[in-house]
Amino acid sequence: MDAIRTEALTKHYQVGFWRPRPYLALDGLTMEVGQGEIFGFLGPNGAGKTTTLKLLMQLIYPTSGRAEILGKPVGDVGVKRRIGYLPEQPYFYDYLTAEELLQYFAAIFGYPPAERRRRAAALLDEVGIGAERRLPLRKFSKGMLQRVGIAQALINDPEVVFLDEPMSGLDPLGRREIRQLILRLRDRGCTVFFSSHVLADAETLCSRVAILANARLVAAGRLTEMFAFEVRGWELVVSGLNEDVLARAQQCRHVIRATRLAEGRYALELPLAPPPERTLAELIATGAALVSLTPIRDTLEDFFVRQVSAGGSRPRLPESA
Amino acid sequence: MRVIGHVAVNVFKESVRDKVLYNLVVFAVLLMSASYLIGELTAGQDVKIIKDLGLASISVFGLAIAVFIGIGLVWKEVEKRSIYTLLAKPMRRQEFLLGKYCGLVLTLVINVAVMTAAYYAVLAYMQAMSPPNLRASWPAPATDPALLKAIALIMLELMLVTAIAVLFSTFSSPFLSAMLTTAVWVIGHFNQDLRDYGATIPSPLAAAIARGVYYVVPNFSAFDVKLQVVHAQAVPFSYIGLTTLYGFTYIALVLVGAVIIFSRRDFK
Repeated sequence: MDAIRTEALTKHYQVGFWRPRPYLALDGLTMEVGQGEIFGFLGPNGAGKTTTLKLLMQLIYPTSGRAEILGKPVGDVGVKRRIGYLPEQPYFYDYLTAEELLQYFAAIFGYPPAERRRRAAALLDEVGIGAERRLPLRKFSKGMLQRVGIAQALINDPEVVFLDEPMSGLDPLGRREIRQLILRLRDRGCTVFFSSHVLADAETLCSRVAILANARLVAAGRLTEMFAFEVRGWELVVSGLNEDVLARAQQCRHVIRATRLAEGRYALELPLAPPPERTLAELIATGAALVSLTPIRDTLEDFFVRQVSAGGSRPRLPESA
Repeated sequence: MRVIGHVAVNVFKESVRDKVLYNLVVFAVLLMSASYLIGELTAGQDVKIIKDLGLASISVFGLAIAVFIGIGLVWKEVEKRSIYTLLAKPMRRQEFLLGKYCGLVLTLVINVAVMTAAYYAVLAYMQAMSPPNLRASWPAPATDPALLKAIALIMLELMLVTAIAVLFSTFSSPFLSAMLTTAVWVIGHFNQDLRDYGATIPSPLAAAIARGVYYVVPNFSAFDVKLQVVHAQAVPFSYIGLTTLYGFTYIALVLVGAVIIFSRRDFK
């Protein structure tokens, strides 16, 4: 049984007051997400990521198509007991404290008072909310609200968790903590479905991704299957480089591009051939010192840009649709 | 029911923290100042005036809470998007809506109960301070329990106004909801006139429209027995019972309408 399954899921909105016309927010999305995987749902702004998540949470109803979570239709109260959801830029009751909010949500799941307190305290610890947990949420920064949002999504120890832009509003430390938290969730057997336009997060975390552009799915699959991680060159960082030597190396195409860095260092882009060891040996012989040597590979970002560009423009619906 | 209870308690918590209950202090100060001033200005009529003023104040303060909180109950959740996390929890949309409604009714019950206690305290003070010969001239004691009949019907009226405000708040903005709720309340107080409108105008179309409005808009004047209890006229329990039945039927119908609209709504 898939954790999430959609079949030709489509959503049109009517936009405009005097002359309403249909707007295609999601067009025939078909995908499956297996249990226990971290699934990245990627796409530029306005691609339909949040629309999909709202359809899965039944905050909006589909124009056509269907969606299932853990083998049951979305909206089923039994399924809602087994899932968690973090909306994009979450807002909570600002008159409550973080502790009270989590205890309120735990009460809705039917946990007894002692268990509500225990879960709220453990989750706030896990997302790094300390003494602030007793302050009203109106005093929280955006990043802290995001952490509370992640904590509330996990209050029922969910089997599937949906995170809409989970890294939004977080500082680098916060992003790292949330990445680690997502990996811990996967290790516990939880399926994590997260939408993002930050590709580095997806590349680090996801076993599979789907890319949405202009309301349509343009690519889906394992990262390793979707594009080859082949080495297409090398980045060599050296210090103490003689500029005449560099000019000669560029002339005979042993160096494609050279970028001057701080403190007299250079970043050099080398081709696949000749092997980098040869160029490096030549440079060292003239007094340069090695700082680092890194392979240059195709990134998810390169793949993403190609797919989104090839996706074309958003399909237009006839006025009568 | 459990989920409805949790949502309701949260609404009550919100009204307490948003300092809605401060109106009780205003009410108490108003009633005590009025009783002092009226006592200075009138001879013998002051208890009747305070009875009248107190009931009117309970009604107006309650109405203000019912309309101004009721219209924002659902709208605020949708506008601020707090509804997204809540509806993803194991609850049905109707449970959310009924929880919101019950929470505001709970706030109103507590408000009306405290206002009633303050009202009776002022009346008891006036009774204790009045000479026996003056008390003997009153048609009913100052702390007449019959006043509770009027307060019970005010509470029922507030519950109906709240249901109407919640209905409008499921699909319109707070401003429009406030206008519509107030309009229904005002028309509802002239409901009897609408019924008899046909006899006074020649146009059968206008008479039919007035009659249609008469059947759709609740008859709010049925909940108003303030004049009768202040003047110690009998209000039979059968009347209270039938009006209660009428009120609850209307509340149920309005809430069913609100649930139908809310259940089909897209939260874009």
